[in-house]
Amino acid sequence: MNFPLLSAIVLVPALAALAVAVLPRSRDDVVRVVGVVATLAVLALTVVLVVEFDTADAGFQFVSRHRWINDFGIDWALGVDGISLWLVALTAVLFPIALLGAGPTRDVKSFTAWILVLEAACLGSFLALDLFLFFVCFEIVLVPMYFLIAGWGYENRVYAALKFFIYTLAGSAFLLVGMLSLVFLHRAATGDLTFDLATLGESTAIAASTGRWLFLAFTIAFAVKVPLFPLHTWLPDAHTEAPTAGSVILAGVMLKLGTYGILRFSVFLFPKAAVDLAPLLLTLAVIGMVYGAIVATMQADLKRLVAYSSVAHLGFIVLGTFAFTSQGMTGGVVQMVNHGLSTGALFLLVGMIYQRRHTRQIAELGGLQKPAPVLAAVFLVVMLSSIGVPALNGFVGEFLVLAGTFVTHRWWAVVGVSAVILAALYLLWAYQRVFHGEPEGDNATMRDMDWREGLVMAPLLVLIVGLGVYPKPMLDRIEPSVARLVQHVQDRGDLKTPTVEAPQPDPAPGAEP
Amino acid sequence: MIAALTTASAAIAAQTGQTPLTVSVPPVEYSTILPELVLIGGALVLLVSSSLIGRRPPRGFYGLFTLVVSALSLVATASLWADIVHLGPSTAISGAIAVDGFNVFFKVLVASSLALGCLVAEPYLRREGLEGPEFFVLAMLSASGAMVMAAANDLIVLFLGLEILSIALYVLAGFHARRVESREAAMKYFVLGAFSSAIFLYGIALVYGATGSTSLPAIAAFLSRNLPAETGVLYAGMALLLVGFGFKVAAVPFHTWTPDVYQGSPTPVTGFMAAVAKAGGFAGLIRVFMSSFPTLRLEWKPILLVLAIATLAVGSVLAVVQRDIKRMLAYSSVSHAGYVLIGLQAASSKGVAGSLFYLLAYSFMVIGSFGVVTLVGRPGDADHDLDAYRGLASRRPGLALAFAVFLMAQAGVPFTAGFLAKFYVLSAAVESHAYALAVVGMLMAAVAAFFYLRVIILMYSPPADDAPEQPRLVIPVSLGAALGVCLVFTVVVGILPSPVIEFAKRATLLL
Repeated sequence: MNFPLLSAIVLVPALAALAVAVLPRSRDDVVRVVGVVATLAVLALTVVLVVEFDTADAGFQFVSRHRWINDFGIDWALGVDGISLWLVALTAVLFPIALLGAGPTRDVKSFTAWILVLEAACLGSFLALDLFLFFVCFEIVLVPMYFLIAGWGYENRVYAALKFFIYTLAGSAFLLVGMLSLVFLHRAATGDLTFDLATLGESTAIAASTGRWLFLAFTIAFAVKVPLFPLHTWLPDAHTEAPTAGSVILAGVMLKLGTYGILRFSVFLFPKAAVDLAPLLLTLAVIGMVYGAIVATMQADLKRLVAYSSVAHLGFIVLGTFAFTSQGMTGGVVQMVNHGLSTGALFLLVGMIYQRRHTRQIAELGGLQKPAPVLAAVFLVVMLSSIGVPALNGFVGEFLVLAGTFVTHRWWAVVGVSAVILAALYLLWAYQRVFHGEPEGDNATMRDMDWREGLVMAPLLVLIVGLGVYPKPMLDRIEPSVARLVQHVQDRGDLKTPTVEAPQPDPAPGAEP
Repeated sequence: MIAALTTASAAIAAQTGQTPLTVSVPPVEYSTILPELVLIGGALVLLVSSSLIGRRPPRGFYGLFTLVVSALSLVATASLWADIVHLGPSTAISGAIAVDGFNVFFKVLVASSLALGCLVAEPYLRREGLEGPEFFVLAMLSASGAMVMAAANDLIVLFLGLEILSIALYVLAGFHARRVESREAAMKYFVLGAFSSAIFLYGIALVYGATGSTSLPAIAAFLSRNLPAETGVLYAGMALLLVGFGFKVAAVPFHTWTPDVYQGSPTPVTGFMAAVAKAGGFAGLIRVFMSSFPTLRLEWKPILLVLAIATLAVGSVLAVVQRDIKRMLAYSSVSHAGYVLIGLQAASSKGVAGSLFYLLAYSFMVIGSFGVVTLVGRPGDADHDLDAYRGLASRRPGLALAFAVFLMAQAGVPFTAGFLAKFYVLSAAVESHAYALAVVGMLMAAVAAFFYLRVIILMYSPPADDAPEQPRLVIPVSLGAALGVCLVFTVVVGILPSPVIEFAKRATLLL
């Protein structure tokens, strides 16, 4: 294919951001149109990408590669495989929704420009095949998000934005040093200075003990982003103080940079170390799942509750990744998409409630079902998807993760299941307190969802139900790449294949291929 | 006559048993020091002509003149570079001057800093009622001193350059003589600077005593043949040289003058000083340690490592607590010196290339930053509290954006020259297996991000309600042009760094 599809996907929002930056401040209408058109154009390109994607090919497709900085062997290298494909798709879906559903109330121009920069950087991170390019995109993501939180957030926004920035930057310190060490060790062994992911992944230059250090260096950076217990403390602040669009993107897309990074870089580059250190990561993941769920139960602020539920849900993804089974990893990838959809939708809904009631305190809400039945219904569906109820998307991912983990790491899976039950507890309890009962005061007169908000939520609902009932197109594209990665880990990581044969997944009723 | 003199001296020699004293004047290849000569000549022409012509020249003449002179100096540097490319590196004036890529790299840096510095200073001087040729004369002389330092191939010439650079800077620091802070800065800088020069000179003496030469290649040749019996003298000399350089580049623990002098000096001078004095100091440091003492690198590498860590930590951490923007940038300049030292302690050509790239990128970022500070400081040059930046974005969005880019570049955000500079020096550190140093460097970048972001967020937050109504900031054309050049350089080199990296690499290969 001659058309540089992936470069276009990354560059369209970047160029649109530049266009917005030069537009006059008074033309908010034009700015809004440019923003929406650019994000929709990315979505259209992504649809083409998903359709054209070859399900039989487990490797990177649509690769485009240009020399960037010659002295360091750095390339502008983009490519997509079954793992990154769905994260790109998720990004492409969530950005127009965030822009349409939770657009800015003031300073439209800067907001739109930052959102577009953010989209370009996120897409660049997911598509990069060059370590340097990935790092650059991974870092630049912080800047627009910092401005979105600090500029359009709630009361405590400056503190939250700064905490978020410094935390992540400190994590990246280890990533950069680890990355450079890997590259130079590779060069010392082969004489070839390159930042190319595939070449470095196949490199045998790294001794096992060195690999373990490098794995830790990479993983700390990603663990901050995920966030993995105990590095999660920035997340509740950032999520709560961010404007709705910021929370949607932060939870929906940016946390996935961490889990994606672990999968794509930590595990792929250092399979042996990943296998050796898997018990540590699995334990932290399980602690995060249970801890996040318990803390979420205690929250008085609805948005903070959703934020802590992210800590719990992201633990699932890490659990699936370090199970090193095809099901577990596939489940992890599916769960990345699911979490993006359902948590993104939850943040949008919380934003709608806040916009109407100017409070997020659960105690001050109540009985909202009466005045706003549609909002309540949508909330219910999204919440059930987040809990992981069958026939909705959350179930597919959680089931695969737990099934995949059970085979190799039984006890972690057993403890992990309790997080599913806790999720039901805190989400249903919150739903009950917010929507059930008799509405009092302002609650009784709350406006229901209007058609525009409904239109924004509709695609999310369609995807939540659609992927829950018929996940096959998604799984078909994920599985070859995941199988290849698992094979890579088994070959290079001295991993013994599980003695118990894994049961075939039964994702959802009526979803049999 | 001459014959008679010769016989007379021979007779004296025969009487006293000494060989006749002859002074040989070395051949002077003027073309190799043309960039310096252009600056010195320009300074003298400006000084003399402005005294002879009583009439006041048209507005902005002095600044324009300096701009032309620095452009001519750049042209001379370019022709020097062409010679080096064709004929290879060489030495001139009996080996006192090294004609190589390293020299040319710093000449380019200094000449462009001079041009940008004058563009920033011209409107400032008019605003503060300090118009006159003296400022520009001193700036040109000081820049020529930095160039001499970069070219020096002999410790004495190096000292000469250091003094030309410093003495002009002492005066420039006190140029805003009505402000007591400016006078105080000049005094502090002068007293401490004089001490550091004396220490440096003593270092030269000890090195000469230990090795028998002040010529850098001769010292290297001597050390490669034999280790002197009195290593103590040599090491003491090396240490004293390092102290002298450390003072100029503001490395911890020789940095204590930096915050006061940066704060007190006229703001355009601070930017110029940060770029040029640091460049000159590092040029000398790199040249002396890489070309004279390469055989002793096992001795000085650990010292540089410790200096780098101390400089990074002190600079970054102390910048966090500053309320005055110029003090904050002063401490940040200390931490930047730490990054340059990271590249240097690798003691490899890659590390040096990284340090050179860092210095070039830094000079544009810092002149741009102080350009913005100059403007926001308002008449009187006193409004440097961080609160002066509150709401700047709503008043002057372009200015705020430029400052945000300069600050983010200094913080090391990708797609700016500052990121690649950090990347370059850290990769050299990792390549030389200094992993801990690289991690410290990155963590300090995270600390530094805190105070850079604090300014950015102030600029982008709404103006304070009780803020007094102030006249709208007017951006003078020349200042705007300087900011534009710095901005374009910072961003373009951040995206397409290859030409500059190539230049920095060739500058070290020819060292």
